[in-house]
Amino acid sequence: MGDSVEDIKKHVRTYVMVFVVLLFLTGVTVGISYVDMGHTMNIVLALVIATIKASLVAAYFMHLISEKKLIYYTLLIAALFFIGLMFLPTGQSLDPIHL
Amino acid sequence: MLIPYTVKPRPDTGLINSKLGIWLFLASEVMLFGALFSSYILLRVNSVDWPVGSTILSVPIAAFNTVVLISSSITVIMAWASLKMGNLSKGRMYILITFLLGLTFMCVKAYEYNTKFHHGLFPSESTFMAIYFTLTGLHGLHVLGGMIVFAYFWGPGAKMWKTEPEHFTNRIEIVGLYWHFVDLVWIFLFPVLYLL
Repeated sequence: MGDSVEDIKKHVRTYVMVFVVLLFLTGVTVGISYVDMGHTMNIVLALVIATIKASLVAAYFMHLISEKKLIYYTLLIAALFFIGLMFLPTGQSLDPIHL
Repeated sequence: MLIPYTVKPRPDTGLINSKLGIWLFLASEVMLFGALFSSYILLRVNSVDWPVGSTILSVPIAAFNTVVLISSSITVIMAWASLKMGNLSKGRMYILITFLLGLTFMCVKAYEYNTKFHHGLFPSESTFMAIYFTLTGLHGLHVLGGMIVFAYFWGPGAKMWKTEPEHFTNRIEIVGLYWHFVDLVWIFLFPVLYLL
């Protein structure tokens, strides 16, 4: 990433644009929560929008769009374990508990 | 002890040490929050009767707090960009705004907790309330932690600018990375707890 004053100014414009998109998507999230599209569809849509928002924050605000390889590797390992964690609850179907 | 490579990148990693350090820390944070999200899924899938968040919690208040946190993410970037362009007073102003936005978030959160307590809704009330307080409580502690760091960099920590301006700028970038992560967690917490 360039570090000259001009470069920084250009980056700031991108950040502000991402910020506006994030605000818009927050509005969309709240808006669609009032529309009944079936329980599953509502959950899927809300999580899809949240993932888009999170990706925007990670890519632009956290500069992941242009980062060094070592950081990608670190996050790749974290992502794999995270996915494993998310699927861990499915294991309970083998021996269900009732809360 | 002096930590090396805080300004010049380390040749083998191509990174300043603090940046690799914060990303390793954030990777561990992913697992911390991941474990709780995983618990949430387990509790929800197994519950006989899971309430829709919006029937218990206030969506407008949480939406407002979402806007507050997203705004604080942009102000911390502006702080870094200002410092990068050599403007300390503007940088400090943005650090202060970020701190105040964090404070606003916490005040709103305190108001929310208080209303719940007034209605007798404690963590012991239900599985939903238990996971709600656990997730938002842990997230709130992270906001508080960030605020302490911002307060330090706005105050005594800013002295570093006189002797090592680049090092100070990098410090703001690093705390910014942490702050964006806290924002990112909230982006998921908001729909998961309040809307679904």
